[in-house]
Amino acid sequence: MDAAAVEVHGLTKRYGEVEAVRGIDLEVARGETFGFLGPNGAGKSTTINILCTLVEPTSGTAAVAGLDVVADRAAVRRRIGLVFQEPTLDGPMSGEQNLRFHGELYGVDRRTAAARREEVLRTVGLFDRRKDPVSTYSGGMRRRLEIARGLLHSPQVLFLDEPTIGLDPQTRASIWDYLARLHETQPITVFVTTHYMDEAEHCDRIAIMNEGRLVALDTPEALKAQVGADRVAVNTEDDAAAIAAVRREFGLDAAVREGAVTVSVPWGAEFVPRLFAALTAEGVGVRSVAVTRPSLDDVFLAHTGTTLRDAEAGRGPSLHPMAMRMRGR
Amino acid sequence: MTQLEDPASLRVEAVRVPQSGLVTEARAAAVVWQREMIRFLKDRTRILSSLAQPLLFLFVLGSGLGSLLASAGGRSGGVALPTFLFPGVLAISVLFTAAFSGISIVWDREFGFLREMLVAPVSTTSILVGKAVGGATVATLQCVLLLALAGLVGVPYDPLMFLELLCLIFLMAFMICSLGLMLAARLKQVQTAMPMVQLIITPLMFLSGALFPLGNLPVWLTVLTHVNPMTYAVEPLRHVVFARLGAAPADLARYDPGIRWGAFVVPTWLEIVLTIVFSVVLLALAVGRFRRTE
Repeated sequence: MDAAAVEVHGLTKRYGEVEAVRGIDLEVARGETFGFLGPNGAGKSTTINILCTLVEPTSGTAAVAGLDVVADRAAVRRRIGLVFQEPTLDGPMSGEQNLRFHGELYGVDRRTAAARREEVLRTVGLFDRRKDPVSTYSGGMRRRLEIARGLLHSPQVLFLDEPTIGLDPQTRASIWDYLARLHETQPITVFVTTHYMDEAEHCDRIAIMNEGRLVALDTPEALKAQVGADRVAVNTEDDAAAIAAVRREFGLDAAVREGAVTVSVPWGAEFVPRLFAALTAEGVGVRSVAVTRPSLDDVFLAHTGTTLRDAEAGRGPSLHPMAMRMRGR
Repeated sequence: MTQLEDPASLRVEAVRVPQSGLVTEARAAAVVWQREMIRFLKDRTRILSSLAQPLLFLFVLGSGLGSLLASAGGRSGGVALPTFLFPGVLAISVLFTAAFSGISIVWDREFGFLREMLVAPVSTTSILVGKAVGGATVATLQCVLLLALAGLVGVPYDPLMFLELLCLIFLMAFMICSLGLMLAARLKQVQTAMPMVQLIITPLMFLSGALFPLGNLPVWLTVLTHVNPMTYAVEPLRHVVFARLGAAPADLARYDPGIRWGAFVVPTWLEIVLTIVFSVVLLALAVGRFRRTE
């Protein structure tokens, strides 16, 4: 049982003329929490649907828990838990009835089913509400119940497609708390897609997908280190002169990005006074300055040309939040 | 236990789901059936409101048209109109209840629960069989309430007759529920479900011989009733009731002429076989359509 939790080779998926997935290779180790990011239309959903056996690949192979998703469809389904973007609970039934239904559907051993139900309900903090109809649950409670249900049949891999979409920040945080607690008690692999970069920080490793390809794959720290540097953005009275000055004085390439002269440096806070001195000597007035530490948003931007926040809003490439903040003044 | 293990991994081992097989498929179908029962018992208004229509047919239409026939000088013979209508009204009740149960899968799609069922490691057939048997059970249970009224319309309380009727009703309900599932397979929205009932289920009622005997009809109507699967499920019901009425041969020929393919009178056993065949075909079509759309 040393097979990887997820193993993908040369995977493609074509819908008529559209190539949604253009050949990806991926390996997720057992017990890993793996984040899957990308702008809308990047092929994330198609890929996750292939891994969950809901869509068949055009070419390439994908194995989950060591089993081929096409040849061993039913066996794969028995070993994975699914939490979809859209709710899939039965409102009139109670939380416990929903779980019992799931257990029967997945052929969970009846002798241990009740104990297992209690265990997963306690894990997500819903044991006290188990008798209430799901229609009386809040959005966050429903999500937690779905996670409990995804865990009920003791899957080896839990797939969560945008599990926190549409939830308030507090509820989102609590969902991740539950996922973290789950990780401590069970040797489970979690494969999660998200648009929220603070959530991506919870992952052991992250893959970023863009236009059907994987453009980055590493730990959040390593990815941020690759982007490498702080970003210093200056709003000046003469951008062209400022860029020329930066090049002459520091040998750095600056560019106007979203209305501000932007330059990447290893230590932003140290660089700013020197930059001010240089620009003042050139007679270029500085209106404002902002220094940002590299974040996953920068990683995402570097690889996809759009920000996570824009991707989340589904607007495609648009204003960077930092630029928006500055313009708002 | 000879060695110490992490309790978490032990637990995982204990509930590992079994290999697929008939038992797993049967459990899936059974739990889908059970859910239909839970919903039925919770929804008392549905039970009562679905009784209203058959009662109107039976007592209002039956009494109203019965007196019209009498005043027009027509003789209803030894069989009163409400008595004649009784098996037909059972069929109509089954038709609407079972069709609704089948079509109700559109609600499951709308609220996402259909996805939970279809992504499970069991076949679509098991899910839909559970759904159809559930709908058939609900429709049969509703008919028990109507059967209790048999005495009011001059149908004797014969235990064997009731048993036969319940079996036939269950079979018909299974067929209609499968039809409902097949129709609902491509429906994406709840709003499109009502036109479906108006366009397909209501004509099935009028063209089934539930409300009038099948003898002496114009040719076009005869053809339409003969291609309607519902007809072959209604006729055995009427046959079973009329066998207990002790009606004169002339009345039998008038009110229960049976289905004639030309000169051939279709025997009841063949009608039952045809109903079973229709059920299987409709359910298979439903399974095929659900597999393709999800």
